[in-house]
Amino acid sequence: MLLFSVLSGIIVACLVPFLFKFGRKPASIIISMVPLSLFLYYLFNFGITDNLGYSESIEFFPALGVNLNFVMDSYALIFALIITGIGTAVFFYSSYYLAEHPYLDRFYIYISIFMASMLGIVTSDNMVIMFIFWELTSISSFLLIGFKHREEKSRYSAWQALLVTGSGALALLAGILLLYVITGKMNFSEINAMPGIIQSSTLFLPAMFLVLGGAFTKSAQMPFHFWLPNAMEAPTPVSAYLHSATMVKAGIYLMARINPAFQGAIEWETTLTIFGGITMLFAAYMALKQTDLKRILAYTTLSVLGTLTLLIGIGTPLAMQAMLVYLIAHALYKGTLFLVAGAIDHGTGTRNIDEIGGLRKFMPITAVAATLAAFSMAGVLPLFGFIGKELLYEAALQPNLFGYTTFAIVFLAALFGVVAAGMSAIFPFFGQAKYPNSKPHEASFTMYSGYVITAFLGLLFGLLPMIVSDNVAKAVSDIYYNLPVAVSSSMYLALWHGFNLVLFLSLATLALGIVILMFRKKLFAIIRKINLPEYLLPSKGYDMSISILIASARLTTKVLQNGYLRNYITLILITLLILTSYSLFTFSDLSVISLYHPVTIYEIIIAAIITISTILVVKSSGRLQAVAALGVVGIFVAVVFSIYGAPDLAMTQYSIETLTVILFVLVIYKLPKFMHYSKFSHRMQDFFLASAVGLTMTILILMVTANEMPTEFKEYYGKTSYLLGKGRNIVNVILVDYRALDTLGEIVVLSLAALGVFALLKLKKDDRGFE
Amino acid sequence: MTLLLAIVTGILFTAGFYLVLRRSLVKVIFGLMFLGHAANLLIFNIGRLTKGAPAFILEGNQTAVEPYAEPIPQALILTAIVIGFGVQAFAIVLFKKAYQMIGSDDINSLKSTDRIA
Repeated sequence: MLLFSVLSGIIVACLVPFLFKFGRKPASIIISMVPLSLFLYYLFNFGITDNLGYSESIEFFPALGVNLNFVMDSYALIFALIITGIGTAVFFYSSYYLAEHPYLDRFYIYISIFMASMLGIVTSDNMVIMFIFWELTSISSFLLIGFKHREEKSRYSAWQALLVTGSGALALLAGILLLYVITGKMNFSEINAMPGIIQSSTLFLPAMFLVLGGAFTKSAQMPFHFWLPNAMEAPTPVSAYLHSATMVKAGIYLMARINPAFQGAIEWETTLTIFGGITMLFAAYMALKQTDLKRILAYTTLSVLGTLTLLIGIGTPLAMQAMLVYLIAHALYKGTLFLVAGAIDHGTGTRNIDEIGGLRKFMPITAVAATLAAFSMAGVLPLFGFIGKELLYEAALQPNLFGYTTFAIVFLAALFGVVAAGMSAIFPFFGQAKYPNSKPHEASFTMYSGYVITAFLGLLFGLLPMIVSDNVAKAVSDIYYNLPVAVSSSMYLALWHGFNLVLFLSLATLALGIVILMFRKKLFAIIRKINLPEYLLPSKGYDMSISILIASARLTTKVLQNGYLRNYITLILITLLILTSYSLFTFSDLSVISLYHPVTIYEIIIAAIITISTILVVKSSGRLQAVAALGVVGIFVAVVFSIYGAPDLAMTQYSIETLTVILFVLVIYKLPKFMHYSKFSHRMQDFFLASAVGLTMTILILMVTANEMPTEFKEYYGKTSYLLGKGRNIVNVILVDYRALDTLGEIVVLSLAALGVFALLKLKKDDRGFE
Repeated sequence: MTLLLAIVTGILFTAGFYLVLRRSLVKVIFGLMFLGHAANLLIFNIGRLTKGAPAFILEGNQTAVEPYAEPIPQALILTAIVIGFGVQAFAIVLFKKAYQMIGSDDINSLKSTDRIA
């Protein structure tokens, strides 16, 4: 059942084209029921009944240790509920937001596949199976970012996201395989139980950095962050779903999932803290420079992803708890804000924050949702984001590798969070009414119901944190190796912790943020003027490596695949010559060749005739003459066969040679005169090359024949052909009995050639398939 | 004869490779045919020459009695001859069509799939 629930998205994707036959509206509603029912299934079957740690396993590729092992633990459940919950909002929202779009059906196919793959990532216990789902999310993300595929920018961004996350995924696969080499295990549950073996291995650091390569690209950590803001080219529901609530958190998911195996290693904690911290600060700063609502949200998402990475890096149980709470809070408020941004875009026709303001009067319901989400983002009491921020501060104040620097960074990022919340969700709705074109309109019920629910959930979880408290505590023990029981039982979430340092810091953040917002006009004017030098941006590195890749592909094509058959063959012959003569002269003793072989006069005559006819073909200037000489060569090759005990070959060769000559004569009246196209120097060059290869072949034959011939096979066929194959002609028995399948293949080749000949002859002069 | 046949095979290879390096399509096809003969003779020769003793099990015997020719290279060559003919037939007809369409048998004018003006 768990397996079925994971894969149901893919099943639905296959059914979408048929559902759309019943009309777009009913189809979209039916499809939107899928994430909803999955959400309810996970909630009631695992969440409320506490049926956690449930697993299903199907043998898939046991020889390699790759099996379909699915586990639903508390940690996976948090993700599964976010994926299906936000998914429900997004699916319903899209049915209205993209109602007029001609490719609505494709959209649902892509996004259903995405949902299934995302569920697959978080429930797979087997790392290779998880990797497959991981790749599927990259591919569906590519299709969704490039959804408006007629726009160049969309295509560019889609490529960028695919290439960055795809190359990261390759690193991840290598990391998984290294972990397999170290431990011999393929399942997270097994790997996580042996941190000692892993961390003492010499392959530990390579494995860790390769896994991080996958996680960092997926979760857009510096310096791989640039694809995420560009991914905002996707339709807004996609940005809400993939690029803030779920897919970009796959990297976070993986880091925490594999944390027990790496936990305690100083390299693991240092790397995560540094990269997380830098991403967090850089993204917060970049967010302030944007005017596009979606890009602001994208950069604040980046900042949060940095925060989550940093929290895993701090690595205490409290930090893990903070990470999970922050993650849930973020999924709720950021999902809401993206959908709100889409509603604003839909209602006003713009996403530029400088052009809009006071929309509260026109979009009252949306304004309420946005305000709640913004308060959660800013960490205002009593929203869930407030609890998240408190835990974040507490975790950052704990003793850690970087001391108070960590806290300073976290504080700055949180402050930026307050400012960004104001920019993206408060000012568009309050203050003086401002809109670019016609009067804005409120979103429809199908659109706003989703984000209103997510916004209110942020409030509900804030007021009643015990709803999630228990499960979060259990999830911490899922991602923390050997969690002390005392710690796990003391983990409860509460809105009010009394008057303490953390509360004071939270209030200070808010106050400072409000002050900054009051002076925002001046501040933004300054910040927008400061530009990092372009060559410092990692995206330049991406562009550069892409153009190098394309240039080198062009160069290779130009050199190796230049369209001149002669050059290809020359290259092949030179390679053949070098490799064959190298091994001939290095590994074998040429002196074994005996030059004494008995020869009779008629053999010399046969050899002479073949040689002379060959020269005639090459030198001849007449077509008929050449064909005739070629026939002579073939006939005398057949004579050789017949002298040396191969009557079947001789007979076949005679008839084939006759047929070939007839075929040539039939088409010969169409043939052009023999032309000498090549230059003399080319001809000489080719002649020397061909002679060198010919000579090598002669030496090769003499080398081989100078050695003893093994006789086992000959004896085997000699003994068994009659007794087993009931035939006295051994060659025939081999062809129709021992190697009958080869002969069947030969017949197929011949029939295909015949078909090809027939098709070519039927082809009219102007039939050009490609026009 | 082994030596002589080896030399003849070398000459056939030389001719075949020389011809497939030409620009005239007809010559390339001739070259392919030479390469076919050369490869067959190479296999035949490497399987050792046995004069006048086909790989037959004579009437009245249950098994073959030495001397008799090595049957495996023969079976391989037999297949090769027939397939070689299929390739030749296809190449000849393809060549004829190509020549009809573009009016040239210069391979260098076949570089591109775009319509030739």
